[in-house]
Amino acid sequence: MDFANSKALNYNDGVIRQFSIMAVVWGVVGMLVGVIIAAQLVWPELNLGLPWTSFGRLRPLHTNAVIFAFGGCTLFATSYYVVQRTCQVRLFCDKLATFTFWGWQLVIVAAVISLPLGYTQAKEYAELEWPIDILIAIVWVSYAIVFFGTIGMRKVKHIYVANWFFGAFILTVALLHIVNSAAMPASFMKSYSAYAGVQDAMVQWWYGHNAVGFFLTAGFLGIMYYFVPKQAGRPVYSYSLSIVHFWALIFTYMWAGPHHLHYTALPDWTQSLGMAFSLILLAPSWGGMINGMMTLSGAWHKLRTDPILRFMIVSLSFYGMSTFEGPMMAIKTVNSLSHYTDWTIGHVHSGALGWVGLVSMGALYYMVPRLFGQKQMHSMKAIELHFWLATVGIVLYISSLWISGVMEGLMWRAINTDGTLTYTFVESVKAKHPYYIIRLLGGTLYLSGMVIMLWNVLKTATSGKPALASIPLVAAHA
Amino acid sequence: MSDFTSNFWPIFITTISLLGIFGCALLLWLTSKVKVTSANGDNTSGHVWDGDIREMNNPLPRWWVWLFIITIVFSLFYLAAYPGLGSYAGKLGWTEVNQYEKEMATANKTLAPLYAKFAAMPVETLAANPEANAIGERLFMNNCAQCHGSDARGSRGFPNLTDHDWLHGGSPEKIQETITGGRIGMMPPMAAAVGNEDDVKNVANYVLSLSGSKHDSARAALGKEKFAICAACHGADGKGNTDIGSPNLTDNIWLHGSGEIAIIKRINEGKTNQMPAQGTKFTPEQIHVLAAYVWGLSNRPKMAAVK
Repeated sequence: MDFANSKALNYNDGVIRQFSIMAVVWGVVGMLVGVIIAAQLVWPELNLGLPWTSFGRLRPLHTNAVIFAFGGCTLFATSYYVVQRTCQVRLFCDKLATFTFWGWQLVIVAAVISLPLGYTQAKEYAELEWPIDILIAIVWVSYAIVFFGTIGMRKVKHIYVANWFFGAFILTVALLHIVNSAAMPASFMKSYSAYAGVQDAMVQWWYGHNAVGFFLTAGFLGIMYYFVPKQAGRPVYSYSLSIVHFWALIFTYMWAGPHHLHYTALPDWTQSLGMAFSLILLAPSWGGMINGMMTLSGAWHKLRTDPILRFMIVSLSFYGMSTFEGPMMAIKTVNSLSHYTDWTIGHVHSGALGWVGLVSMGALYYMVPRLFGQKQMHSMKAIELHFWLATVGIVLYISSLWISGVMEGLMWRAINTDGTLTYTFVESVKAKHPYYIIRLLGGTLYLSGMVIMLWNVLKTATSGKPALASIPLVAAHA
Repeated sequence: MSDFTSNFWPIFITTISLLGIFGCALLLWLTSKVKVTSANGDNTSGHVWDGDIREMNNPLPRWWVWLFIITIVFSLFYLAAYPGLGSYAGKLGWTEVNQYEKEMATANKTLAPLYAKFAAMPVETLAANPEANAIGERLFMNNCAQCHGSDARGSRGFPNLTDHDWLHGGSPEKIQETITGGRIGMMPPMAAAVGNEDDVKNVANYVLSLSGSKHDSARAALGKEKFAICAACHGADGKGNTDIGSPNLTDNIWLHGSGEIAIIKRINEGKTNQMPAQGTKFTPEQIHVLAAYVWGLSNRPKMAAVK
């Protein structure tokens, strides 16, 4: 191990540049696949009658690409950036950090190949087959060593709150991935889950919900806690709020998985506990939103001129909105209407496009010029345009799916006086058609913003050159 | 009904659930008690990261603390009322199964008089009753159309219900029997019994000749003798037998595909085809109404006569 890193004079930004560029590239790819499958729902002929291009195979490709390729690369890039700067030390072990980049890209390429070919463990967000799962575990453990190794070598006494969230995210994702992916291989690229029946379902949704809670929430809260105060130039609103909402969030999320299995074979007591803890989760989630939003006190005027800050604050608004919607949908009575409908897809995307997407873009727009020795991004106008395309896209996307989701939920439960169902399933599908077109339009706008970002990032990178960031001397603590 | 393998687990679950909830409350209480004094007098904690990141000592927002407390209190009441803490059943005695049973009982009670009226009518009359027909159609669209199609004309492997070709009989009684108990159609692989590959091809051509389909007449003549094996189920005239569900081979209706290749495949591989039983999904009265609708699909002219 390269302990000389503790005496290094420069931050290791090479691996961050790699992850940042690939985050944007995979973002375009993953969102493009999303737009394609949204179009397939409008025009089923676009399945092309081929197994490789059918909705059932492209949908997991979309989710894996946006969550683990776009979201994952963003998390690697930002956490490496933040941990070095808030610990004032170079990353622990350069070689291992480089390995996490190439290993993670290999995982993504393996997903891009194996999912369209139909290899799947049939667990949502954990579709990848066992050889890829093993590679993920190895990369993730290396990531944990690099991250916690860096924390261990830190020159700053206190561990910054962003690092608590990154740390919780890294540890928990390792636990979730290893437990949920436990399987007995039957052959190369075929395995059977280690759990059976309802236990398997519960393990899957314990994983699934915490993939949201830790991968897509804790990790991105880590991003928020560094980049919002940096971009706003204001101190974090409340240290005590950080403490309460951090511990309450990471504890409570663990329990909320059963709300994905309301009114199923899952025992009643498990469902009720899942619902109760989902409600308790509301305040801890909002704690993060408040801390981010209120960091802007005294700097609200900056929103008028700074599109990057706007990305971050609108992102927090969507975070607050979807973390209110989530506990509400976890209530059994609401869930009996919303479950299995487009409302769920709308909810997920208000979190994914709104919260995860926008905060990532904001953080990348902050980092990229600094990584390439530029004062700012190649075009600030393009960032402005990206912001509006993304925001309008999200609004169209989630409002159309709210309408279509509630509508189909009501159609499914409508009953005639003779006890028969008022609508057939296919009638509810037909009724959704116009909303699917609006959703496709929203998704296309969001994707076009991402394409503009790719152009802007590449322009910034090629007009600058990799910058060497020197580690400042540690100031004595007051 | 026990979800637990031993008495340990319900206690374990109850303990960690309550400890968790009270732990959240305790964390909230302790943190709101802490009065942080600022060393610099600027209301920050005094820590600085990366040159300029500081943290303020602002207290927890009051409304947010109350929001947290309300959800905690609500959850405690909820867990007292509903099952959640291990094997404790909850004050209200609710389970998802008894909720379902209650709703079904209420529904069946309100619907009983409506269906009692129809149960008294024979299928032939019912098929001409617009009210019953409308109910039958809705039952069909939500429960049968998935396989037989919205127009009831079926598709490969799924019988057309609008023609007069019935595998298991088209009388009202037989249709009711089919809906209630489902059907399994099974033809064993026959190639070995028929003979060699050539024999199979000859028999296939004979079968095609029965319905006047395109065939090789020389082969058909050779296959006629071997058809005796098939006749055991399909009858010497090839008209099938509804008692055992063997299809009529003379009417040019092919459930599993027409033409020489498709028929050779059936002789070689046989076929098992199943309609699942619907008896547990409906009351007998609903099946009666549904059977009248299905019967009516292929008996429209007669229905007009009844009117």
